[in-house]
Amino acid sequence: MKDVLKQLARDLKAEKLRTFLTIFGIVWGTVAISLMLAFGTGLHKQLIKSTAGLGDRIVIAWPGLTSIPYEGLGKGRRIRIREDDLTAIRGNVPGLKAVSGEYSNNMKVVYGTKTLSVDTSGVVPEFGTMRNMIPQMGGRFIDAVDYNEQRRTVFLGNQLAKDLFGTTPAVGKMINVNQSPFLVVGVLQEKDQDSNYSGPDDQKMFIPSTTFRALTDKKYVDNFVFQAANSDDTKQVIKRVSAALGKRLRFNADDKEALGMWDTTEQFKFFDVFMLAFNAFLGIIGVLTLVVGGIGVSNIMNVVVEERTREIGIKMALGAKQRYILGQFLIETMLVTFLGGAIGFAIALSVCAVFPKLGLSQYVGDPVVSPLVAILTSLALGIVGLIAGYFPARDAARLDPVVAMKL
Amino acid sequence: MTTKNELIIRMDEIRKVYDTGKVKVEALKGINLEIEKGEMVAIVGPSGSGKSTLMNLVGCLDTPTSGIYEIGGQAVSGVTRDELAEIRNRRVGFVFQAFNLLPHITALENVELPMLFGGVKPHERRERASELLERVGLGDRLDHKPTELSGGQMQRVAIARALAMEPDIVLADEPTGNLDSSAGGDIMSIFTNLWQQGRTLVIITHDPALARRASRVVEIHDGRITSDQATNAAA
Ligand SMILES: Nc1ncnc2c1ncn2[C@@H]1O[C@H](COP(=O)(O)OP(=O)(O)OP(=O)(O)O)[C@@H](O)[C@H]1O
Ligand SMILES: [Mg+2]
Repeated sequence: MKDVLKQLARDLKAEKLRTFLTIFGIVWGTVAISLMLAFGTGLHKQLIKSTAGLGDRIVIAWPGLTSIPYEGLGKGRRIRIREDDLTAIRGNVPGLKAVSGEYSNNMKVVYGTKTLSVDTSGVVPEFGTMRNMIPQMGGRFIDAVDYNEQRRTVFLGNQLAKDLFGTTPAVGKMINVNQSPFLVVGVLQEKDQDSNYSGPDDQKMFIPSTTFRALTDKKYVDNFVFQAANSDDTKQVIKRVSAALGKRLRFNADDKEALGMWDTTEQFKFFDVFMLAFNAFLGIIGVLTLVVGGIGVSNIMNVVVEERTREIGIKMALGAKQRYILGQFLIETMLVTFLGGAIGFAIALSVCAVFPKLGLSQYVGDPVVSPLVAILTSLALGIVGLIAGYFPARDAARLDPVVAMKL
Repeated sequence: MTTKNELIIRMDEIRKVYDTGKVKVEALKGINLEIEKGEMVAIVGPSGSGKSTLMNLVGCLDTPTSGIYEIGGQAVSGVTRDELAEIRNRRVGFVFQAFNLLPHITALENVELPMLFGGVKPHERRERASELLERVGLGDRLDHKPTELSGGQMQRVAIARALAMEPDIVLADEPTGNLDSSAGGDIMSIFTNLWQQGRTLVIITHDPALARRASRVVEIHDGRITSDQATNAAA
C-alpha cells in the first residue's frame, strides 16, 4: 500500500499538467455547483427573512367604507372596529391563533434635550410575536401585565432608540410621551424588513393599547393584525374573520372595501414557487456543469490511460497483475477527486465567508454551502472520472504486453 | 551438449499468426526448440524473419496461435493472464532494445519494480536492487532517473532489473541495437559473465561478434529455424 501511494505521488508529480487539469475540473465543478446552491439557499433564506420582518405569515386588516348594501343599510357606510369586537372574535373563530388591534398616532417624545415626533402604535402583547418584534438582550416586548394594568411602558424601534439614546442602553430609562413619563422595557433587535404599512418598525414605538386609548381617547382601531394557527388555512380564517365581524358590525362578509385585507402569506407562497423554479434552474445548470466537468475529467483520464499504455505494457511484462494496474488508476482517480473536491469545497467556503463583507447580504442573502452538495458533486465527478478511467485502463491491462509496449 | 541438463524451454510446432484484419501474417511456421539450463543461445536471422515474435512467445509476453510451449516444465497454454504475469515475473528476465525503463522513477526503483510485483519485502528489495546495480557498475547512479543516464547505462539498469527475481532465463532482444560499439561491447561482456556464472540466456542479435560469444546459434529464416549449431564457445 505504501508503495502504491509512493508511486502514485510520483506519477502525479510527473504528470503535473494533467493532474492539475483533472483536479481543476473537479474543483471547478464542485465550486460552481456548491456556490450556486449556496447562493440559492441564501437568497431563499433572505427573502423569507426580509418578508418575515413584517410578520410571520400574518394578515393585516383595515376597516373602510362598505361597498355592498347590507340588510337595508346603504353602501358607503364607515366600518369602525372597537377593542370588544376583536375580543369577541378572539377565541370564537376556528383556526385563528392571535389577533391584535393597532391604534396609531404621531406622538411627541422627549428625552433630555431631544424632542422627536414618533409614529406610535398601541397593541396587545401577541402583536410582538406576530410581527416578529424580537427584543434585544435584556429587554422585552409589551406584556400582559402592561396591558391589563394599563402601564406606561414602551418598546422602541432600534433606530429610534439610537436617535434618542445613542449607544447608551435604553432599557430602564424614562422618556416623556405626550407629556407622560414612560418606561422603556425593550428595544427591537435589528431586522430586515422589505415591506411595511405604516413606516419601518425600527423607527416606531409600541405601547399597550389600553394605555394608548387612555392617552388619546381613541375608540376605534386603525387596523388589526391576525394570524392563522396553520398558515395553510389563512384563506379560510380570513373568510371566517370577515363573516364574524360582518355579523357583528353589519356588513357583507364579501365586501372587500368594508374590511381590506393584506394576506402576507401569499408572498411566502410566491417565494416558495419562485424558489422552486429558481432551484430547478440551478439544478439544470448544475447538471450541465457536472456533465461538462465529467466530460473534462473523463477526457483527461482517457488521455492518461492512452499515454500510459506503454508504461502499463512494461509493468505487465515485468509481472504486474491486472488488478495492480487497475487499482493504481482507481486509487489515483479517487485521490485526485478527493483533492479536487476538498479544494473546491474550501474555495466555496471562503467565498461564503468573504461574501457577507461585500454588503450585498440585504438583497441576496448570505450563501450557505451545504457539505452534502459538495460531497455529492465531487463524488459524481469522481465516479465519472472513475468510469472514464476504468474502461480504458481495463482495456490496456487486457492487451498483450507486447502490443501495449509498442503503442 | 555433452551432459544432459535440466530443460528450461521446450517448444513443439509453435505457430504464430498475426491477424491484422485485412491480412494474416504467419510469423512463425512451426518452431521446435529446446533450451537447457546454462546455455547461451544467440538467435540470428534477417529482419522480419520472426526473431522478436519467437522471443515474445518464449517470454510469455504473447501467446502462440498453436503448438505446445513449456517453460521450466510448466505448460503455458490455458493459463490465466494473471498466471502468465506470474510466470513472467518469476521465470523470465527481459532486456529490450528500447530499454523500456519507466522514465519517472530512479534506476533503483526501476530495478525494484519486478520485486514489487513479486511481493518481495521493501528493505529486501532495496538491498537487492542496489547490489544488482553495483554489479553492473552503476553503484553511484542509484538515484538517477533514466533520462539522466547514457544508453549503455540504461541498458545496464535493464539488465539489473532482468536479474531482480532470479529468473530461470534471461531474454534479450537486440540489447545492443541502440548502442554504439563500445557500450555494446560492455553489455556483451556483462552477458558473457552472466553465462559464465551459470545463467541461461537467449539473445537476439544482428551482431556477429556477439553471436560468436554464445554457446549456440539458432538461425531463423521466414518463420522457420534453418540452422541450430553449437559454437566453439560452447566447449
Ligand atoms: N503485431 C503485429 N501484427 C502484425 N504483424 C506483425 C506484428 N508483429 C510482427 N509482425 C510481422 O511478423 C513478422 C516477424 O516480425 P518480427 O518482429 O518477429 O521480426 P524480427 O525478426 O524481429 O525483425 P527485426 O530484425 O527487424 O526486428 C514480420 O513480417 C512482421 O511484419
Ligand atoms: Mg525484432
